[in-house]
Amino acid sequence: MAVAATVQEQASLRDPANFAPVIDLNDLSVKFGRRPILQSLRGELRGRAIGLLGPNGAGKTTLIHTLLGFHPPSSGTAHIFGQDITTDAKQIRLLIGYMPERDSFIAGMSAVHFVRLMAELSGLPSEAALERAHEALFYVGLGEARYRSLDTYSLGMKQLAKLAQAIVHGPRLIFLDEPTNGLDPAARQRMIRLVREIRDSGKANIVLSSHLLRDVEECCEEILILKDGRLAVYCNLEEERKSNRKFLLLETRGDQEKFTTAIGELGCDYAITGDHRVKVVLQGGIEVRDLYRIASQFDVQIRRMSYKRDSLEDIFLKAMENGHGSL
Amino acid sequence: MAVYEHAYKQYLGKLTPQWSRFLVIPRHAFRDVFRSKLFTAFFVVCFIPLLIEAILIYLHHNVNALAILKVDVRELIPIDASFFQTFVNLQASFAFFVTLFVGPPLVARDLRNNALPLYLCRPFSRTEYVLGKMSVLFILLSAITWVPQLLLFCFQAYLEGASWFIDNLWLASAIFIGSVVGILLLALLSQAVSALVKWRVIASATLLGIFFIPSVFGEVINNIFLTRWGNIISLGALMKNVSAGLFGTFIRTTAHITDFDGRVSREIIMNEPPLWASWFVLFVICAICLALLSRKVKAYEVVR
Repeated sequence: MAVAATVQEQASLRDPANFAPVIDLNDLSVKFGRRPILQSLRGELRGRAIGLLGPNGAGKTTLIHTLLGFHPPSSGTAHIFGQDITTDAKQIRLLIGYMPERDSFIAGMSAVHFVRLMAELSGLPSEAALERAHEALFYVGLGEARYRSLDTYSLGMKQLAKLAQAIVHGPRLIFLDEPTNGLDPAARQRMIRLVREIRDSGKANIVLSSHLLRDVEECCEEILILKDGRLAVYCNLEEERKSNRKFLLLETRGDQEKFTTAIGELGCDYAITGDHRVKVVLQGGIEVRDLYRIASQFDVQIRRMSYKRDSLEDIFLKAMENGHGSL
Repeated sequence: MAVYEHAYKQYLGKLTPQWSRFLVIPRHAFRDVFRSKLFTAFFVVCFIPLLIEAILIYLHHNVNALAILKVDVRELIPIDASFFQTFVNLQASFAFFVTLFVGPPLVARDLRNNALPLYLCRPFSRTEYVLGKMSVLFILLSAITWVPQLLLFCFQAYLEGASWFIDNLWLASAIFIGSVVGILLLALLSQAVSALVKWRVIASATLLGIFFIPSVFGEVINNIFLTRWGNIISLGALMKNVSAGLFGTFIRTTAHITDFDGRVSREIIMNEPPLWASWFVLFVICAICLALLSRKVKAYEVVR
């Protein structure tokens, strides 16, 4: 059994489809009526866990739905593991698991019955489906409650049952749409841990859509930020963190405009992030005392100063300001 | 992902053939349907007319039994097209009540609980979904209509002999086509209503209304305008006409009214709508139901 699995794994490594990007967006556009929802999305997503970020209405869920084949693209297309979403939808769906954002169940069923039905619809024979349903429910932590009707589940348990149905057939790509919605901190932690475990198993890629930056930061390696249906940012979170220079966050009082202009003349990059806040990246040869000197020159008080690195929140906010596709 | 391993594992086993996947839906649906004792009891009652039919066929060929019961064979109903037609129509009425119980929640429950994305994110199309839901009714209704009717036809042929079988083979096709047309109509209508109305009770009431309200209107039209064209809006009458056409018992002229004001002045003959009109209306109803299902059975409703 183990030998067979190894052979299959080695065979899959030789399959060129396995080297294709997880998701390849080729000028993907989607319109609802005349309203453009997604506009010319391009990019190759290769991460094990990809975070899909964006403000409400940015098109995150529409992108997932389009990749699942629920909405036809108005132009362009996308490939999942090298297969076209418009022509190979059924083949793609064999490889996909989907956890929807909203409550989605079949009423009057026990969890094990529900997950088994979902596995059978994915093509698993009845006995295998039952076995995998038990395993999936144990895996997500619902083992003891698996014979209870879904109608009696709490919100957290329902989220876990949705995750179980998404992974029961062992997909290679799992779309998780707001998986921590409405969860208490403990349930959220459990969900995040499960997502990370699946990611670290290396057997499935994950696309996690969320408006909670912390969830994405904890689970994902790559992020794709959408703004008004356009690709605002796609980057590797880890590399981005590493490449980000340390910067100084200053809280000032006084004539901020003259102060920042003078800093710019010194050759430092700066950004005004709030009414009294300035981010400054010091260039070589420039020291903190130079900033104090300029502040004193323009009668500006520096009330607080701290070293920081760009967080996901900064990347996100910057993307919302720029929205030009790169950082 | 084994229970003892607690690790994510891909499924590397064999998959079921794509063509048979829609049958997963009825298999799971029957478990729910027969959980109701009331329905199970009613389903058993549906077989009583078939039992009576079997007894009547048996009595026709068993002289000893007739002697014991002191019944002359000529007093029994003859086993001919009308005999089978009567029982096919009777079973169709039972099929209607089974549909009232089983049909309305089938799609409505999935729509109410947003379950459609879960079906459709798998290698499972909208057509397979509708086919799966329809096959719940198709299998149940077949079990009380054409399947036992054909078995009884074979029983009669076995008792009567091969020549009867050859001469009356057309009856078998009439039984099959008549029942299947009725089942398809019931299945499509109940699915369409189920997709439109999310509440089971209201869906059942709507289905009941669709069958009975136009029939009442049809009768009113018939009586006011002294015609039989009112039957064109009555689903029951349409099915009856189609069934009569298949069994060769369709008579176009169904009523003569003598206009009487003290003496006979003129005779009004009322004709049933032609058979093709009945088939056409049934076809249009099925097409409308399919169009409705195609609009409603979607993973997500798009607000444009």
